[in-house]
Amino acid sequence: MLSRTAASLYWIGRYVERAEFTARLIEATVRLDALSARPAGATAWESALLVVAADQGFAATGVELNPRNVSAYLTLAVNNPSSIRSCLDAARWNAKSVRTALTRDAWETINRAWLGLRNVTDMGDLRSALAVIEKIRAETRGFEGALHRMLRNEAYAFLGLGAAMERADNTARLIDVKYHLLLPEGEQVGGVIDRDQWTTILHTVSANTAYRWLYHDELKPWLVTDMLILKSELPRSLAGSADEVLGHLAFIGRRLGRQGEADRLARQRQAMLARTSIDSVFQQGLHEYLEAFLVENARLDRTIAAQFRFG
Amino acid sequence: MSVPTAFDEIFGNSGDQPRAEFAALGAWLEETPDSELDRRQQAAEAAFRQLGITFAVYGNDDSAERIIPFDIVPRIFTATEWSRLKEGLVQRVEAINAFLADIYGERKILADGVLPQELVLANPQFRGFLSGQKPPHGVFAHICGIDLVRTGADEFWVLEDNARTPSGVSYMLENREAMLRLCPELFHRFNVCPVDRYPDQLRDTLRSVAPRGRGSEPVCVLLTPGHFNSAFYEHSFLADSMGVELVEPADLEVDDDIVWMRTIDGRVRVDVIYRRIDDDYIDPLVFRPDSLLGVPGLIAAYLAGNVALVNAPGTGIADDKAIYSYMPEIVKYYSGGEAKLPNVETYRCREPGALQYTLDNLEKLVVKLVDGSGGYGMLVGPTATRAQIEDFRAALKAEPHRYIAQPTLALSTVPTLTEKGIAPRHVDFRPFVLTGSDGVHIVPGGLTRVALKEGSLVVNSSQGGGTKDSLILSDTPECLLPPRGGQSQSQGQGGQG
Repeated sequence: MLSRTAASLYWIGRYVERAEFTARLIEATVRLDALSARPAGATAWESALLVVAADQGFAATGVELNPRNVSAYLTLAVNNPSSIRSCLDAARWNAKSVRTALTRDAWETINRAWLGLRNVTDMGDLRSALAVIEKIRAETRGFEGALHRMLRNEAYAFLGLGAAMERADNTARLIDVKYHLLLPEGEQVGGVIDRDQWTTILHTVSANTAYRWLYHDELKPWLVTDMLILKSELPRSLAGSADEVLGHLAFIGRRLGRQGEADRLARQRQAMLARTSIDSVFQQGLHEYLEAFLVENARLDRTIAAQFRFG
Repeated sequence: MSVPTAFDEIFGNSGDQPRAEFAALGAWLEETPDSELDRRQQAAEAAFRQLGITFAVYGNDDSAERIIPFDIVPRIFTATEWSRLKEGLVQRVEAINAFLADIYGERKILADGVLPQELVLANPQFRGFLSGQKPPHGVFAHICGIDLVRTGADEFWVLEDNARTPSGVSYMLENREAMLRLCPELFHRFNVCPVDRYPDQLRDTLRSVAPRGRGSEPVCVLLTPGHFNSAFYEHSFLADSMGVELVEPADLEVDDDIVWMRTIDGRVRVDVIYRRIDDDYIDPLVFRPDSLLGVPGLIAAYLAGNVALVNAPGTGIADDKAIYSYMPEIVKYYSGGEAKLPNVETYRCREPGALQYTLDNLEKLVVKLVDGSGGYGMLVGPTATRAQIEDFRAALKAEPHRYIAQPTLALSTVPTLTEKGIAPRHVDFRPFVLTGSDGVHIVPGGLTRVALKEGSLVVNSSQGGGTKDSLILSDTPECLLPPRGGQSQSQGQGGQG
């Protein structure tokens, strides 16, 4: 496989995953904001911006921080490099240049998602914003479905590798921001607003029922954290993503007949996660732990690029 | 307007009754309401847009990606018409390859005075540095797209030979897919030759011209300028359906006169390059040093015999419009017989008599730039304004050698779905001719382009033309579609969609 093709596939995987994550984040924030008895208001939208590191970009636009403006910025803004539109533009740009490596189905879902958003200029009220978001999510689900029908070859592995690397990054950011949100004065840790925040996290990663199945318990922040970091059976957890990254790298290594530095780093990370307990994470400080994870993930990303000559 | 009444491919000259062979199409048009045809046409175009079968129109920024309009009413050739065309095409393309081998070799045709020596040797498309160079297996023009027009039941004319990087074959294939899906009943009424073998034949052609000694599994690639190119869809479609890598110049490197592609597993040696980049942009060391496209050293690797380029460099001389006017003589010189497919009568404005005739009859003629393409630099006299005619008059007087002129032909028409229902529209036809080390192959089909504006003779996609499926009928079993599966007696509902 051409190095350029591999790089494009990897980035398609990352961008589609990023678009989907942002879509879920908006949906969950709308939900959090809409719990009418105790509206979360601007805090919820501020934290959504923080999760995708778009807070400074949004502030620079000078528009008022309200649900409508933030959801539009996260979905449509051309000047926001991580908006859903920007991600789909980049995914389609890459997909177009490597069409031969994609199946018709996979290309069509990306192209359709892109076409669907191309003429949307205004998100309207939150209800119609949610309709747009739901459409995007349907397309990205379609993309995942199309991936599963691909030949199990390098193309499949690079798409999956990109998606898994991105997923690890997104989940770590989500936990970090949401956990450190300041509760309004007078609110209890474990109180209703705290609970709402943790529910939002679970909604963002579609893991509300998974939590009940795994823990048979009511929402407890340390258990949610345990699940999102260490439970490898949850595909969006750090451990689950690390397994998947290792699996794709090992597959490519077998096909090429050799492995490299990226395989070594990925194996090391997986072993570390397997040895970690949630208590030790909290002892060293959750924020520090997640920050170190993000740095390590970025390093693995660079190593993958070098190993396969992304150039 | 002075264009005479045209021959209609389906209705002949009579006007109201279809030609006997095509009665079934007439009946189909009769019984299918326009609204239903319209619905299917829109379904086809929606599918094309979704697939991204797009075409970039240069100089038209806001519509950087457009689909080429598709017309649901097919054009049909009888088996007899096709076999005559095929003979003529084989003869012509064999002559084109013999001509190229000759002028880059012994130059016998020039020694024999069949055409003026300076017309070849001083032509900007002639690559002098290739003289004495034989491409692998002696084939120069592996893929030719021959543009044909028709003016009557037995009157086919060659309008243009495309021997560099002819495009459009993906539309031949995609149009057929759309027709099979949307109008399956037509394929029950007619025995239509399949076109879907084309990618396999193209791949066989590429393999057959690999440099000798490179084993039974030569590495073939398709070289595209990139996804901003107007024909990128076709490039990726062909690479995909052949199962070969689609490479951009930056994916290739030349080392010690050997071409390599950069892969995740290191370098892989390349044997055959189907290049969809013009000579001028293929190697900055040889052609345009200012070009950022291209693979430095590619031509040296070609000259060393280490890689086959498809089509070979230098083939542009064969489809040059100034050379075109000599094609009847060229075909006769190499085949020994008269050209089975005639040229459109052509006035070479470089000759004083022809120039005078052209200047005197501008409003009746089509005038073309010798090196123009895609409908640019062209005057269609009968539909031109006074001012356009005077502009061309001045240009012709200033540089007569850059122009040729041809009579305005009454191009045949085909019934076409328009806003006002079915109406005749002018068409041309481009079959694709493959030449490998084992000879010439033609898949029974081609690209029919249709001028969608009433009365217009300009069918170019860059000028707003559309396309149609081109059905070639056959009675011989090997050409037929395989029978469709399904339960016995089941008609209509429940069949394959």
